[in-house]
Amino acid sequence: MKDGYELVYKRPATLLDARMHYCPGCFHSTMHKIIMEVVEEMGIEEDTIGVSPVGCSVFAYNYMDIDFQQAAHGRACAVATGIKRSLPDKFVFTYQGDGDLAAIGTAETIHSCNRGENFTIFFINNAIYGMTGGQMAPTTLEGQKTSTSPYGRDIKNVGHPLRMAEMVSQLPGVAYCERLVLNTPANVRKAKKSIKKAFEIQKQGLGMTFLEVVSNCPSGWKCSPVESLDFVGEDMLKYYPLGVKKDVTANSN
Amino acid sequence: MAAKGFVEISVEGCKGCGLCVHHCPVKCLSLKMDDTNSFGLHYAYLSNEETCIGCANCAVICPDAAITVYRQSKAV
Repeated sequence: MKDGYELVYKRPATLLDARMHYCPGCFHSTMHKIIMEVVEEMGIEEDTIGVSPVGCSVFAYNYMDIDFQQAAHGRACAVATGIKRSLPDKFVFTYQGDGDLAAIGTAETIHSCNRGENFTIFFINNAIYGMTGGQMAPTTLEGQKTSTSPYGRDIKNVGHPLRMAEMVSQLPGVAYCERLVLNTPANVRKAKKSIKKAFEIQKQGLGMTFLEVVSNCPSGWKCSPVESLDFVGEDMLKYYPLGVKKDVTANSN
Repeated sequence: MAAKGFVEISVEGCKGCGLCVHHCPVKCLSLKMDDTNSFGLHYAYLSNEETCIGCANCAVICPDAAITVYRQSKAV
């Protein structure tokens, strides 16, 4: 390091020094990074247990230096329920994509939210099935072209995109629900604060904390990483508005 | 005048997505178009060392945490 300069930012130590398998520009990597930054800042490396889904992020345990369990497709919330109930002092989170959480795992998600299980769900919504080759997901926008909707999603045929954050915020078991995006440095910093807040609510045992992250998929959307930011910022955020959908701690302050 | 900050970018850690180049407020980063790393990707580098302000925007947005940022110490 040069004289007269101080360190401002470095890779978190909790993020293992492995090359992530994600495509260039994928927000999965950004999300891994900021979750690990929060874990490092809170000093809870030893007390955090993650549950990885089936999908692109199935290998999340290769990159995060914490305890991990990999769940069957869609069942991450069910597995996390078991972990949290048997180890109530640990911080437990699930990390799920839209195919996992909003399609095959809808029942597990809705019911664990409704029971008010005391763990955190990170829901990565990129409007497509990334790993399997860009098929249409429940969250694919109307008119969006995917490999199974080559003429664009037809809502008469397959229904409307699911707004999961709005849906689960209606459930009484949910303590905190927010939709985030990672398309600019400012939004990444904001997202980090929300993750910290979610872990703090989990520590207090107030109920389910649900964070939906509007994400990108440059490979699936067939565009460059920088072009994918435009699609996130213009099209995705129109249908998936940002903001806190529910916060039980808001009134107590 | 010395630059306010500087960045170190891991050549092998960079995937050349260009998000740091896009979000740099002073446009001091570029992708190395005449060279690639061992994965065949055009990596990002500090092309204009004088203008870097050490804001860490590039490192915050970098998906692969390949960037380390240093800023001039205030007490000099």
